[in-house]
Amino acid sequence: MSDAVVPRGRPAWLSRLASWDAAVILVTIVVLLVASGVVDNFGTGRNYTFLLLDLLPIALIALPMTFIIVTGEIDLSVASTLGLTSAVMGSLWNAGLTIESIIPISIVLGAILGAVNGFFVTMLKLPSLAVTIGTMALYRGLAFVVLGDGAVADFPRAYTSWVTGTLGGGPIPNVLVPLAVLAVVFGVVLHATPIGRAVFAAGASEQAARFAGVRTGRLKFWLYVVCGAMSGLAGVLWTLRYSSARADNGFGMELAVVAAVLLGGVSIFGGKGTLPGVLAGVVLLAGLQNALRLQDVSNEALNIVTGVLLIVSVLLPNIVSSARAALRRRRRRSPSPDPGALAGIEQ
Amino acid sequence: MAVPRELAPTRKSLLGGLFRARESGIVLALVVLVAFTATQNPRFLSGQSIRDILLGTAILAVLAVGQAVVMITRNIDLSVGSVLGLSAFAVGTLLRGNPGLPVVVALLAGLAVGAVCGLVNGAVVRFGQVPALVVTLGTLYAFRGVSYFWAGGQQINADQLPGSFLGFGDSAVLGVPWLVLIAVVVMVVAGVVLRNYRGGRELYAMGSSPQAARLAGIKVGRNTTVAFLVSGALAGLAGVLFAARFGTVDAAAGTGYELNVVAAAVVGGVAVFGGSGSVWGASLGALLLTVIGSALAVLDINQFWQQAIVGALILLAIGADRLVAVRVAQALKKKDSHV
Repeated sequence: MSDAVVPRGRPAWLSRLASWDAAVILVTIVVLLVASGVVDNFGTGRNYTFLLLDLLPIALIALPMTFIIVTGEIDLSVASTLGLTSAVMGSLWNAGLTIESIIPISIVLGAILGAVNGFFVTMLKLPSLAVTIGTMALYRGLAFVVLGDGAVADFPRAYTSWVTGTLGGGPIPNVLVPLAVLAVVFGVVLHATPIGRAVFAAGASEQAARFAGVRTGRLKFWLYVVCGAMSGLAGVLWTLRYSSARADNGFGMELAVVAAVLLGGVSIFGGKGTLPGVLAGVVLLAGLQNALRLQDVSNEALNIVTGVLLIVSVLLPNIVSSARAALRRRRRRSPSPDPGALAGIEQ
Repeated sequence: MAVPRELAPTRKSLLGGLFRARESGIVLALVVLVAFTATQNPRFLSGQSIRDILLGTAILAVLAVGQAVVMITRNIDLSVGSVLGLSAFAVGTLLRGNPGLPVVVALLAGLAVGAVCGLVNGAVVRFGQVPALVVTLGTLYAFRGVSYFWAGGQQINADQLPGSFLGFGDSAVLGVPWLVLIAVVVMVVAGVVLRNYRGGRELYAMGSSPQAARLAGIKVGRNTTVAFLVSGALAGLAGVLFAARFGTVDAAAGTGYELNVVAAAVVGGVAVFGGSGSVWGASLGALLLTVIGSALAVLDINQFWQQAIVGALILLAIGADRLVAVRVAQALKKKDSHV
């Protein structure tokens, strides 16, 4: 991973532009523009509203997921956390609690579920992949235990219509406001505070970060708590948007979240990535799916798109960086590079 | 991370070794579970019930053996459920069109479909230098998408499949169902190769320390591809067994299986961080999960508990694995350094 080295003689703004996340932002804008022009009904205000509502839960979870993947860990349990909070919301509503108390309880529940992940990962030092595959099954299972396969639908009108409503009847959904605030907060924390630097340090080299005084364990624990709370919040908004609390809400969404984060230029190996890139990744993924769906491409075919995008987003940066490295070696060497020497450098 | 059992303190006796073996915990859990369930409802030990458990285990065990091979190399294959579905649908379509085909051809076709999928996974992981987790998470959806695209909502029913094929899913030789026989053959072959042959030992070496393996001259890239090929091919084989057993195949066949398969391997003592575990353990894990499923049904407990139990078991197993690793590391530290 030596592509962070800026070649001499190239202005900083140019190499910034050539970075992966900048490219994704650019591609996202192009895709949105082209889709608005080419795809019927894509460019309508109503469709933009749906697009934004669709990407909302993914974006909410992608924010903390960015932090977690930058530290070199992963959380596959987010969609199950969403489902469990939704199921609990439903059963609490059935039990007669007010929505005003159910919402904070649900978010706190999400935080607790995240804390369980954090406990296993940081206190017991277990691999986060295995832990969150386990809690992915556990939380989803508990969601079904809590609510079975039924649905709770009669949430108060005032709340559900606020979530689906738009600012002054325009194309911008009301719920975009809290999302935008959260995105700014997460962005500032990641890119302009000591916490953000500690996150990058922990991902680049956990040992070095510890020697530099970062309490990596405590840091990761709280990241999981925040990720759980945001998944809980996503569960609340999901439930209110569709006015339906179900145990299988958000099933499979962990893929979309991880795909968006990686598409946005975050390295799965940790230590690299930007939040604007991730948000572009979220919009790109949602925009593509929305455009394809309008073209009557089936949901199942969309799975292929998501899956292939996920693979491409990890494959392409690697190919680009190894091509760059090869180019640099060639430049440094005499006109004819020795193929044997090149083959030996494959790490 | 995880210390291979082969490196654990030397076995003093067969009994001691048996006691220390990671698999003994599962066997104990199995015995307790079966005994308890049987006392609650004697029907649990009836011939039909045992047969159902064995058939369910056979399919899961074939998948778990492949998963164990991949996980031992410090990789993971999350696409197996989708490969199973794709292979089951492919074989179903093939047999619907050509009812005269012998069962062996169906088995080979399933193996081939799975092998191609495995090759895709292996090639991307190897040449892209990207984590298997992301690649197979992607192909999990991509392969499933291909199935849906192909099937387009249609379903293959038992009455469209040749009787010989359905008979293969039902019948038994000397009292042992064909499916179970195939699973046992797969398990024994994979187990012996992993344990006694150079290629198998190389996989453990790669999982223990990829760098050391590379320095020792092991062809890590090629072996990784082979491991994914094996996992894919076995998932394809499992697809044929699935089609033969259930007779009904649609694009959703095997959805969510990956979780049970990973769970079976992890519960069976295969470390997520590679270098440790056995196909026997993985198969025992498959048996345990299947028994839990049918015990819940027999005990009249809400089936929804099953997934929660699977999750709890995964956490328990990796926790126990960690504990063993720490213990062994301490034991090695205390002993002389010549171990």
